[in-house]
Amino acid sequence: MTAAVQLRNLRKVYDGAPPITALDGITLDMAAGTIYGLLGPNGAGKTTAIGICTTKVRATGGAATVAGLDVAHDAVAVRRQVGVASQAITLDRSCTVAENLYYHCRYFGLAAADSRDRAATLLERFLIADRRDAMPNQLSGGLAQRVQLARAIAHRPSVLFLDEPTAGLDPQSRLALWDLVATLRGEGLTVVLTTHYMEEADRLCERVAVVDHGRILAEGTPAELKRDSGGTAVVDVALGDREAARAALDGVSGVSEVHDTERGLRILVSADGGGVPRVVSRIAEHHLTDLKVVEPSLETVFIRLTGRDLRE
Amino acid sequence: MSNRNSVVASVIGLWARDFRVLRRDWVPTTLRTIMNPLLTVFIFTYVLPRTGQRLPTAAGSINLATVLVPGLVAVAMIFTAIAAVALPLSIELGATREIEDRVLAPIPLATVPLAKVAFGAFQGALAGAVIFPIITLVPATAVHIRVASWGMLVLMLLLSSWTAAALGLFLGTAVRPQHIGLMFAVILTPIMFLGCVYYPWASLSSIRWLQVVVLANPLVYMSEGLRIALTPDVPHLSAAASAGMLAVLATLLTTAGVRGFSKRVVV
Repeated sequence: MTAAVQLRNLRKVYDGAPPITALDGITLDMAAGTIYGLLGPNGAGKTTAIGICTTKVRATGGAATVAGLDVAHDAVAVRRQVGVASQAITLDRSCTVAENLYYHCRYFGLAAADSRDRAATLLERFLIADRRDAMPNQLSGGLAQRVQLARAIAHRPSVLFLDEPTAGLDPQSRLALWDLVATLRGEGLTVVLTTHYMEEADRLCERVAVVDHGRILAEGTPAELKRDSGGTAVVDVALGDREAARAALDGVSGVSEVHDTERGLRILVSADGGGVPRVVSRIAEHHLTDLKVVEPSLETVFIRLTGRDLRE
Repeated sequence: MSNRNSVVASVIGLWARDFRVLRRDWVPTTLRTIMNPLLTVFIFTYVLPRTGQRLPTAAGSINLATVLVPGLVAVAMIFTAIAAVALPLSIELGATREIEDRVLAPIPLATVPLAKVAFGAFQGALAGAVIFPIITLVPATAVHIRVASWGMLVLMLLLSSWTAAALGLFLGTAVRPQHIGLMFAVILTPIMFLGCVYYPWASLSSIRWLQVVVLANPLVYMSEGLRIALTPDVPHLSAAASAGMLAVLATLLTTAGVRGFSKRVVV
């Protein structure tokens, strides 16, 4: 399989006092024709990685190629190959929805008639034809994001970069966008998306890299990542007597790690063989006030790798 | 398609977009363009003479309306450059990042700001042309416009509109949206009042320090250059000095603007 995107020891340090290291040596291969997810909390470096691949950010070190083209030396050619939809709505506020698509095609050198045709096709396909004359400010978040997606693929790129495409969307819009992305991938487009929604990565992505503090903590298919973390469930408890509870957990089979949290303990336990009920029964008498169990998922993978929730 | 052809096609696309926005906003744009010259001409060349107040013009026997024409053309260009280039650019580079779609077009990065300057210059030239009907209709006294050389007029219009648009680019990339009001107060106001619009540069000889200080103002060379082309009977700087300084300032402002633009869009 050929790699649509290759990152080699990619580094980015933003100037400032103090300088901020956004990427600390990332190496990744993203296969053509797949949906690849960069999963991590805000500030992990995901947006910077996408910025470098789409020529908006200059790398401090290392190399990145997109469709075989070096982003640092062949920026203009790379821009033909990439489509970008960012988290923020960057639609042209002075132009209508239809004009946003039309002029995007013109910027990519399409003739006026071809651009009009392409815009009309996209308006139909993305179900936004009835809002063609609306200004971007009049659109809901979900609709605006759909227009951005239509614009991103208008010039037929080979790699589509989506930066937190569903952040802030209602569940219905999120599902609609997932469907669109899956369809685009079915047509042979490579999709790279960043997200801090576990479910999004799990449902949509064929491979995932877990990123934190500018480094890759794990990489693989969602199934591999979950398997590698040993089917671990995370049990978060709030309780009155932390030390007594800790003692009670001593020697309980399946428990791999116990950490202090603000309100109690976080216990990592094998989900198989009744590990969770065993833990709960052991600590129930230690003034347990709250209980949350996270089943083995990408979320538990992340908690195990970083010791933090994605939302923290 | 060869590379050069595709850049040309993209630039035409960028202009088509700007032209569309201009056409949609033509009523506010026209109002914005004519209000300042209309009221300036009305007060200085109609109201004041009729109310019996005499404004001394250092240009001797030449009436103020004639002195004003080139200055007002230059001011219209500066106004337009700010309104058509600096203000939208400041916003598009700001929180909305609207410029992003154009920055990601498959063309060298400098193409986007350069296309903006070219379109701003075109709009500035249109705005400058609006002065002529106003100055023929409003003043109580006759205006003496005499184009000695059309080549000189074209040269001065090109250099002036380019300088104005380049100033717009520079300010648009350097000034954050929240400081726009401040820019009007501390940059544009002195440019307008110290730009040899209402008086020829030669008349400042009695205030020598001021005559020297205003030479830092690009509007001075625009007003004086257009004076050479339109009203050669009013005292003016030499053509070489005006054209030379305009070319230098326009180049510097364009270079600084393109650099500022690149710094804002690629980090």
